[in-house]
Amino acid sequence: MDFKGISKQIRKDTLWTIGNLGVGHIGGSLSIIEVLVLLYYKYLNIDPSLPNKEGRDRLIVSKGHAGPAVYAVLANKGYFPKELLGTLNKNGTLLPSHCDMRLAGVDMTTGSLGQGFSCAVGIAKASKLSNDGAKIYSIIGDGESQEGQIWEAAMFAGSHKLDNFIAILDKNNYQIDGAVDVINSIDPIGDKFKAFNFEVIEVKDGNDVDQIDEALSKAKEVKGKPTMLILHTVKGKGVKSIENAGAGNHNMKYDLNKTAEFLKEVEEN
Amino acid sequence: MFENIEMRVVLGNLLKETLEKDKKVVVLDADLANANGTLKLRDSFPDRAFDVGVAEANMASMAAGMASYGYKPFITSFTPFATRRIADQIAISICYSNMNVKIIGTDPGISAEFNGGTHMSVEDIGILRGIPNIVIYEPVDAVQLFKSWDAILNYVGPLYIRLFRKDSKIIFKDDYKFDLFKADILKEGKDLTIFASGIMVEESLKAIEELKGIDIELINVHTIKPIDKETVIKSALKTKRVVIAENHNIINGLGSAILETLENNPVPSKRIGIPDRFGEVGKMPYLKEIMHMTKDDIIQAVKELMTSK
Ligand SMILES: Cc1ncc(C[n+]2csc(CCOP(=O)(O)OP(=O)(O)O)c2C)c(N)n1
Ligand SMILES: [Mg+2]
Repeated sequence: MDFKGISKQIRKDTLWTIGNLGVGHIGGSLSIIEVLVLLYYKYLNIDPSLPNKEGRDRLIVSKGHAGPAVYAVLANKGYFPKELLGTLNKNGTLLPSHCDMRLAGVDMTTGSLGQGFSCAVGIAKASKLSNDGAKIYSIIGDGESQEGQIWEAAMFAGSHKLDNFIAILDKNNYQIDGAVDVINSIDPIGDKFKAFNFEVIEVKDGNDVDQIDEALSKAKEVKGKPTMLILHTVKGKGVKSIENAGAGNHNMKYDLNKTAEFLKEVEEN
Repeated sequence: MFENIEMRVVLGNLLKETLEKDKKVVVLDADLANANGTLKLRDSFPDRAFDVGVAEANMASMAAGMASYGYKPFITSFTPFATRRIADQIAISICYSNMNVKIIGTDPGISAEFNGGTHMSVEDIGILRGIPNIVIYEPVDAVQLFKSWDAILNYVGPLYIRLFRKDSKIIFKDDYKFDLFKADILKEGKDLTIFASGIMVEESLKAIEELKGIDIELINVHTIKPIDKETVIKSALKTKRVVIAENHNIINGLGSAILETLENNPVPSKRIGIPDRFGEVGKMPYLKEIMHMTKDDIIQAVKELMTSK
């Protein structure tokens, strides 16, 4: 499958979804496009026509402000008509910019950082109890990893050997107030998760579909402990001016004219 | 002098001055300094203005620790993360221990707008009102925030500032005098009292404008706990009809505080506020509409009270 081509499409849809509204969390949406594409187009055992199917694999995007990227993938997978992307944050919408499980395809409502990760561990535990063989994935941010709740959840997952749990860290190096390293460093993050009894897999270029693919296929085979994939990504990936804004791209204003420029840049890349 | 100035800008300036004057003051943020107007403080005071990262519980108890050492911490976040998320840390580390920590929560109620249901705290006053030993204060505009600053600094103990961080409608003139424990009678009247706070004061003023035939008393209750019992009871006994308008769940907020205050002097009353539901994304005019928090809702409540015996 052409994961690169699909990523291009999802990146464009995400840019448009936020540009159509005029403001939104573009940086942290663009940094996870590739991993979302691999999960939804290869790894997740799901059926968009049966979004609540029992025993399905699940993805909990704990950094809930990346909703626009998640919605763009779900729309392309056929969970709902693509036109709905135009209703992001509009009055009465089913697509609030933080992930909301009232929308088909979203496995957990998130937005209060740290909570989604614990929900994911709870889901992984429930799946183990049910013996349904599902894999549970969860994406967290590097700023989000400063929350104590992340470590409470990690401790349980490691302690209880939840090998059906595959965690993914979007290490894009920025949070709202600046660089994660400057604000409150989380490093050495791989060693921390190892110490919490996770198998840790580093992905050098977390926006490279082949590298992510390889890491996810390894993670699936890990037995006896949960896995953490550390994706070294670029916040705002795919549009140079957004990337260069650094922490300034967390929640950015841009209109449809600007969007047209961005889409052209993504297309030509 | 405060027209078109965002409340967070005023807050940032006040904190800067305070950091300059008092070496014991510290400002802690949890990755929302950029949103709350406190980010630039780090340029001038890199030691005493700092970020703990996305870790609100740690921020609250750390602040209590610093207070026990003689420092005077201000902590800031959005209202849900400055109250709901850290209720136990506020209760035990700050209030039960009686630490001099000032908590600043921004984007109360529907003012969270596009951040939606997860960020729209409808319950912050309710949570804090149930914790002993904390002052709950909601400045209505930038003038009031500015004029209240000395009183805030002089108050030693836990105090919560519920702050609309954007451009506020200016209610007060520059000669306004602030008393932390006295509500503001904005307009005297004899037919009915509207007790309002925050953004609902402006809405109440609009309603009064349209209800010319009714002599309405308007009181801005900036301090919800401890509430100014004297002013509340006196006004209610005079007008004998009460409308309460607030940007909070109608359960456990200003409305509850007022009606509790009138426990022994009950009068007919109506409450306008978030009707015990979660928030959702939208701009304020839309959110006021769906939450029944417009001037028209206030007008209707007033009329109903005026026509009932
Ligand atoms: C509990 C909580 N505190 C604060 C916020 C506000 N907030 C939203 S995103 C964000 C920064 C997150 O940084 P990171 O996890 O690195 O996200 P990314 O870079 O992937 O966008 C903050 C502080 C929140 N949503 N939840
Ligand atoms: Mg980040």
